[in-house]
Amino acid sequence: MTEVSVAKQDVAATGELVVLKSVNKHFGALHVLQDIDLTIARGEVVVVIGPSGSGKSTLCRTINRLETIDSGTITIDGKPLPQEGKELARLRADVGMVFQSFNLFAHKTVLENVMLGQIKVRKADKKQAEEKARTLLDRVGVGTQADKYPAQLSGGQQQRVAIARALAMGPKVMLFDEPTSALDPEMINEVLEVMQQLARDGMTMIVVTHEMGFARSAANRVVFMADGRIVEEAAPDQFFSNPRSDRAKDFLSKILHH
Amino acid sequence: MPSPYATHPEAREIVFDFLEGYDVLGAFWMTVKLTALSALGSLIWGTLLAGMRVSPVPLMRGFATVYVNIVRNIPLTVIILFTSLGLADIFGMTLGASDFKVQGFRLAVLGFIAYTAAFVCEALRSGINTVPLGQAEAARAIGLSFSQTLRLIVLPQAFRSVIGPLANVLIALTKNTTVAAAIGVAEAAYLMKSMIENEAQTLLVGAVFAFGFVVLTLPTGLFLGWLGKRMAVKR
Repeated sequence: MTEVSVAKQDVAATGELVVLKSVNKHFGALHVLQDIDLTIARGEVVVVIGPSGSGKSTLCRTINRLETIDSGTITIDGKPLPQEGKELARLRADVGMVFQSFNLFAHKTVLENVMLGQIKVRKADKKQAEEKARTLLDRVGVGTQADKYPAQLSGGQQQRVAIARALAMGPKVMLFDEPTSALDPEMINEVLEVMQQLARDGMTMIVVTHEMGFARSAANRVVFMADGRIVEEAAPDQFFSNPRSDRAKDFLSKILHH
Repeated sequence: MPSPYATHPEAREIVFDFLEGYDVLGAFWMTVKLTALSALGSLIWGTLLAGMRVSPVPLMRGFATVYVNIVRNIPLTVIILFTSLGLADIFGMTLGASDFKVQGFRLAVLGFIAYTAAFVCEALRSGINTVPLGQAEAARAIGLSFSQTLRLIVLPQAFRSVIGPLANVLIALTKNTTVAAAIGVAEAAYLMKSMIENEAQTLLVGAVFAFGFVVLTLPTGLFLGWLGKRMAVKR
């Protein structure tokens, strides 16, 4: 387990930012999300954990509608998620997303990756976009790699660029879909540190991860999912030291003691 | 063996004197013009078709699918004859041309574009399939629209991966332009036909034209092959 310790601060909840109400989704016969109710407050860091196939990635992807839902409602900053088209694109620009497999645009340089959304979606002028991109790349520690192509970077560097690309849009909330699962062990920390910093800066974050260390140190709340349901929600200390459900106890015993 | 031309300079004239009085270069220039315009047009139309084939709008998808499957299965000769006998003679579509030659040229280009675009579309679609889904997801996740995602992220990567197959389409198109002879466009094959009728050295006439086409297509293929390797997207 990766332990990155950080002074955790209690973020005052200032209203609900992301609200999921009785969300259901099926993949064919598989009921992957079952009556999910989840509310995330502004500035809150929520870590979603659970065994694979529990629906946690799907949950993360429904929030910017990369996955559609069958029933229920999702609202972001008071507005229900639009169906398709321009409205949806606008909403997605406000919701940053970081993928397990980075998904940097392979034919564009690192700098272009971070500038593209600003120019094409936010209609920023080129100079401002570049300035902001360089600042963000410096902030995530890859400023010197700006002119390289993604394939020339290590996984950890690519993922940090992906975070910068999402931040360049000035998102209200950031979604992380297993951001460190595809990384070599020695590169996990550099990505987690960037995420810790973001959390300290007050970004609202929903993080699907297997990094229990990150969950302990940076999360305000841990959401434990299994078989398409939210089984348990608790503060990290309470969850890890004293899980209430048997399913969570079983899961924790498997990952923490080996 | 010493070259016969060295000892008998007049031999060259004797061997190739059947070329006299024919504008072979002019005929090949017509081939080049047909190819270039058709290539440009079919690249544009083929790209639009490919965009439609992957679009979320069922009507567009349906149209492009039907178009490709009909057009690529009709012999090119039939398409070219139809442009002349059908479009021009029956429907009076002259494409703004006043004389017959220009009209034939324009109709032929139209036919080649319609036909070749189906193949460009399919090559491009296979290229789109090589672009990982995550690229489009990441593009949508930063708020790009469907058409922006296609134009800025998916198609540029797709094009790079199908330069080789597109080179094949271009080579086929170059050779296919000979079909324009069927509606009287004075390109290489048209001239070849009349030369074979009038000259005794039929084999040589054939060889000259075959050589001419190789000169056009071989460098194209080599260049695009090199370009394809150079432009390949590293993942």
